[in-house]
Amino acid sequence: MSRTHVICNINGDDVEFLCDDGESLLDALRDDVGLMGVKEGCGTGDCGACSVLMDGKLNCSCLILAPEANGTDLLTVEGMADGDHLHPLQQCFLEGAALQCGICTPGFLIAAKALLDQNPEPTETEVRYALAGNLCRCTGYDKIVRSVLEAAVQIRETV
Amino acid sequence: MTATEERPDYKYVGTRPIRHDGLDKVIGKARYAADLVLPGMLHGHILRSPHAHAKIVSIDTSAAEAMPGVKSVVTGADFPDLGAAPNGDLAKNVIARDKVLYEGHAVAAVAAGTRREAMDAANAIVVNYEVLGHSLTIDQTMSPDAEILHDGLITRGIEPAPTEASNIVARTCFERGDIDQAFAESDVIVEREFSTTPIHQGYIEPHACVADTGQDGKTVVWCSSQGHFRVRSATADVLGWDTSRVKVIPAEIGGGFGGKTTIYLEPLAVEMSARSGRPVKIVMTRDEVFRATGPTPGSKLKLKVGAKNDGTITGVKAWMAYENGAFPGNAAMLGCMTVVSPYTMEHMYLEGFDVVLNKPVNAAYRAPSAPMAAFAMDTLLDEVAENIGMDPIEIRLHNCPSEGDPAPYGPKWPTIGLKECLEAIRDSDHYKSPVPENAGRGIASGFWFNIGEASSATVNLNENGTATVVTGSPDIGGSRASMALMAAEELGLDVYSITPVVGDTEVVGFTDVTEGSRATFATGMAVVEACRDLKMQLRQRASTAWDCDVEEVEWVDGHAVHSPGDHEALSLAAITAAAKRTGGPLGATASLNARGAGPAFSTHVVDIAVDKETGQTQVLRYTTAQDAGTAIHPSYVEGQMQGGVVQGIGWALNEEYIHDADGRMENSSFLDYRIPVASDLPMIETIIVEVPNPSHPYGVRGVGEVGIVPPLAAIANAVHDATGLRMSDLPMSPPRILAALGEAVE
Ligand code: FES
Ligand code: FES
Repeated sequence: MSRTHVICNINGDDVEFLCDDGESLLDALRDDVGLMGVKEGCGTGDCGACSVLMDGKLNCSCLILAPEANGTDLLTVEGMADGDHLHPLQQCFLEGAALQCGICTPGFLIAAKALLDQNPEPTETEVRYALAGNLCRCTGYDKIVRSVLEAAVQIRETV
Repeated sequence: MTATEERPDYKYVGTRPIRHDGLDKVIGKARYAADLVLPGMLHGHILRSPHAHAKIVSIDTSAAEAMPGVKSVVTGADFPDLGAAPNGDLAKNVIARDKVLYEGHAVAAVAAGTRREAMDAANAIVVNYEVLGHSLTIDQTMSPDAEILHDGLITRGIEPAPTEASNIVARTCFERGDIDQAFAESDVIVEREFSTTPIHQGYIEPHACVADTGQDGKTVVWCSSQGHFRVRSATADVLGWDTSRVKVIPAEIGGGFGGKTTIYLEPLAVEMSARSGRPVKIVMTRDEVFRATGPTPGSKLKLKVGAKNDGTITGVKAWMAYENGAFPGNAAMLGCMTVVSPYTMEHMYLEGFDVVLNKPVNAAYRAPSAPMAAFAMDTLLDEVAENIGMDPIEIRLHNCPSEGDPAPYGPKWPTIGLKECLEAIRDSDHYKSPVPENAGRGIASGFWFNIGEASSATVNLNENGTATVVTGSPDIGGSRASMALMAAEELGLDVYSITPVVGDTEVVGFTDVTEGSRATFATGMAVVEACRDLKMQLRQRASTAWDCDVEEVEWVDGHAVHSPGDHEALSLAAITAAAKRTGGPLGATASLNARGAGPAFSTHVVDIAVDKETGQTQVLRYTTAQDAGTAIHPSYVEGQMQGGVVQGIGWALNEEYIHDADGRMENSSFLDYRIPVASDLPMIETIIVEVPNPSHPYGVRGVGEVGIVPPLAAIANAVHDATGLRMSDLPMSPPRILAALGEAVE
């Protein structure tokens, strides 16, 4: 079977990979590019564990065909920190104990970044609705929501 | 907040450091089982039964074997029949033999070069079934004309023993006093019938494993599990292998809640790896997770509660049937043991029935069997309180057991903190605030035993004065941080100078599964014991250096101190730096069977708004008070409490298994099996009550499970307060509430 050649930018690096036409971007990122921080909880767009930013927009990578990534800019959890310097969301998640098992964490971080990029001063309700596409079975969301609100404050204070 | 009794002044215990494994988890580097890639690795896929109950007449794998990329195909015939030996049923659940017992039961497995090739090949396997009648409800399966699941199944606990097989596994009975007398003496008697559906644990990470079987006949398994030692023995048993041929390396685990205390995939991956000579990875889809892995049981419960006008419970009579799924279990027994535990009473008659039916076999889920039982009991107690005009907290305090009282399931209560939980809720901001308009408020309590069991820990001091703590307990919610905190407290080392590690089955001593809220309690005890051994060794090294009696050396804040004061204190780092010259490296191991797990109690209050037009509910405010004994890392104690509450909210309001008439699950996705999302919920307020457990060096009692017990009844009671309805069938989904409101109007 012939494979499709995809060129895109992932986390700041130009990346090329070959994929099958019917392959999901999630599978391509994990199996062809080796970005295992993108998680699969369902494969049907219902859990958000596979969240990525594609050209700045939040997407479930399990719902995108890998060839669609051609020419796009992708951000995964692996690209959130600036070298050793964690993104405030990552730091606040750690300090706020916003993760237990951690399988949902990459997706929440990406979804929360998508929110704060667009709305730097969200209310609790706005955070809850922005994260409603991400499932966490461990935390009951309390500490996740608090950590996102805290990160928003920190980001506002530093700019 | 924390309602803390006086306790020793700890330096590390009770603080909230960033967990050691946290960084990897926020940068995407934490390795879960599905993330592992080995050279030459194959991908496995499982063919599952489309029928709820059928005989397997024949399986033809020849077409599948001829397909591209296929390296191995296995069926039940490739695994030994263990009969009645331990794990015999488990073996038949891992892969069906002569019969399939539920839709989703594994029938065959394929390993191929890619996942797609494996799936295509699995679909090319031809299975001939002879479809049998099936049972999907407790009533169906207990009826005399139900199709029998297991030919030799004779009900236990009935005298004289039945002569015919049935689907009733066992009858359990707990009896105290004279229940008829209790009701004769009662001023109020309330009774109702309740039902709950199976609920999935809903961990976000599907089951996954990789097996690499070598030519030496040994295998290495990486997997997502709450207990890799159990994976080792169970996998070996199912394969008919000696345990020592299996090594299990625990990956990071993406949630378990009890559901990852058993095995599904590992023997299949090991066997296909052995046959192909290549590593084999199997990862379930979410659909498979729902159809084939352990829900907690559905139940049907009839309870009758008698009480006096002053609120004293006179007695409880219960008839409780629990689904076990396709193979026998003991869910009803646990239901009987927990149902009345938060209350004292002179008379009880608790009868439990475990039944098999054509659904996936149960797996544990957070305080297994207790939430449904508490749902029934605490709903009826609310009704009693309403009938006699008593405050729902007061009636619970009035019947609250204390130390020395007989627990319903036999022993005497040790030190427990239920009274303190009730008082904490009574005195909370939440309970004192007025109930919001158009809303109702509900209260309930819950109990869970907590367990001890076997744990091992090895603590090594490194030459630079840091320490490595290796335990055998997979960390499913922050327990590594708790281990490090206890070791820090003992050794007087900074918590970040300690590296807590979960060791595989060949580097650390036997350790039971992370279940029963035991890891921080029991494995923590092993860590403390090993640290105390080390402290003795450290004092001895100092006494040798100072040429004095070891009794003159104290261990204070990470230093050996000469109590008479003749020598300058020696730091731990100074002792470890010199260790080679003074007798060799310093390390200690402790293996123990922990006793004295302190029982856990919790009381919750919730405010719920009900939209009478749509039946939609909204949780407006939720507060939980739970006795943690001592909170080692309060953030993760709160996390356990909040996680348990929200799982309980999902159970109460939305989650359910829906089957069609043929026994096929109709809602096997997160879209249709709806677990709570962030926008459904308010913050979950926590009050950590600390009534230290005298059996643990730091007073720990397990915190993982009890939080899921009270929400079902608390929410039902709030819905009653808001609408006047007594909802006795879960979930209280909008259509159910709407229907009940409609009936109430008529
Ligand atoms: S894996 Fe993509 S949404 Fe769940
Ligand atoms: S931390 Fe486990 S699913 Fe969110």
